[in-house]
Amino acid sequence: MVTAKASAISHSTSSTSMETPASTPTSRPFNLSSPAADSDQTDTLIEISDFDFYYGTKQALFDINLKLDDKRVTAFIGPSGCGKSTLLRCLNRMNDLIDGTQIKRGGVKIRGVDIYGREVDSIELRKRVGMVFQKSNPFPKSIYENIVYGLRIQGVKSKARLDEIVEKSLRGAALWDEVKDRLHESGLSLSGGQQQRLCIARTIAVEPEIILMDEPCSALDPIATAKVEELIHELKKQFTIIIVTHSMQQAARCSDKTAFFYMGKLIEYADTRTIFMNPANAQTEAYVSGRFG
Amino acid sequence: MKRFFDSELETFRSDLIRMGEVSIRQVRNAIKALVEADVGLADQVIAADDELDDLEKRIDNEAIRYMNLRAPIATELRLVIVGMKASHDLERVGDEATSIAKRAVKLAAEPPLKAYIDIPRMAAIAGEMLREAMDTFLSGDIDKAIAVVRRDKEVDDINKQLYRELSSFMIEKPGNITRALELMFISKSIERIADHATNIAEEMVFLAQAQDIRHLDELKKSTRPDGA
Repeated sequence: MVTAKASAISHSTSSTSMETPASTPTSRPFNLSSPAADSDQTDTLIEISDFDFYYGTKQALFDINLKLDDKRVTAFIGPSGCGKSTLLRCLNRMNDLIDGTQIKRGGVKIRGVDIYGREVDSIELRKRVGMVFQKSNPFPKSIYENIVYGLRIQGVKSKARLDEIVEKSLRGAALWDEVKDRLHESGLSLSGGQQQRLCIARTIAVEPEIILMDEPCSALDPIATAKVEELIHELKKQFTIIIVTHSMQQAARCSDKTAFFYMGKLIEYADTRTIFMNPANAQTEAYVSGRFG
Repeated sequence: MKRFFDSELETFRSDLIRMGEVSIRQVRNAIKALVEADVGLADQVIAADDELDDLEKRIDNEAIRYMNLRAPIATELRLVIVGMKASHDLERVGDEATSIAKRAVKLAAEPPLKAYIDIPRMAAIAGEMLREAMDTFLSGDIDKAIAVVRRDKEVDDINKQLYRELSSFMIEKPGNITRALELMFISKSIERIADHATNIAEEMVFLAQAQDIRHLDELKKSTRPDGA
């Protein structure tokens, strides 16, 4: 499929050709005093280096090197099975829970600390690196109890403190106005979009630094999707967000940077604007314009 | 992987190439009609302008439809945007050619004010610029596109020189005024055609590399290949 794409964009010298005159291996960036790209400097929060990951004997990630910015939204895109969700789950060691997984080389550092180091408690890590899943999964408890669950485990007992965090988290997840009068009804009584926002509220209640989102809108209708996307935009003021998505438009709308993966390798990582306007790699372009994947 | 709607973009591209060919022919014929005082050819140019108008509308409609329904990204998005802009430039080139042809009809009724040397020279440069700009649509050759942008000043300079020359003709003899004015407008039309060719070249750089090279002083300095 990759080969097909390469020929689809390479230009022909024939004047009758109808091919797209795309960037080709022979064309190089034109460098006059071009206006600087809108790259405001940010700090690196997560640094993934030389990362090789295996499920049993099957290698799922190959030599991943990636620096993710603090308080920014990064989108992971790529066809199914490309390793993007695997990498996402490596960021809070969710893969530890699967038998036979191993890291044969490289590592992940968050604020300079190796998260796979011996002294790191994976439970503590997951408090700092929260996760929202594809399918909303509220606990079969009240809306209120869903939010305070993590806090109760942490030993927070003060009713006033819990109330305060419930309101703050639900407001943060843009759900407060819709549920404030029925906090003690079951979380499962909410609509799909509301349930997903409840899960986001539950995640932010424990005040993580990083929120991982694995296709958070794939089961939602366009309005609920728009609400979650709006929320992502708000949340990035406080949190660093990494989102896996199959929707190119969602990646384009929500993220500051985009990483494209294919067959376990990081193919291209750049400002989202670059990925969607002028990707450097032919495979990236083929994928974002729906020619393969 | 070929998608079921890829042929739509092929039609879009061939419409734009067609517009390029027609507008280049229109400029060439308008100048020929002027130099040879060929009223029949001038009338043909005037009549043929409709095709450019129709192609421009077709390209616009197709671009809007494609953006609306196919949500193009990257090269495709740039192609659709550049197609809309370049087709507008080519339609304006057609209008300038028509304007030259109409003036050629008027001038054909009178003896020439002076030998036609600078105007055909200027028109040849503008025509080459158009040809090169449209060639880069197919080749993606940035260097050629930049050369077109740099060449614009050559045409500007001839236009200014003609302006001075024709002014002196008018001062010399009031009987020259009508013909000198027509020639000034023709010279201005050719200068605009070169401007449109420059725009198209800039658009093609954007298409190939997503870089905006408009209004860069560095590209305005150099005029002729000899650096004069």
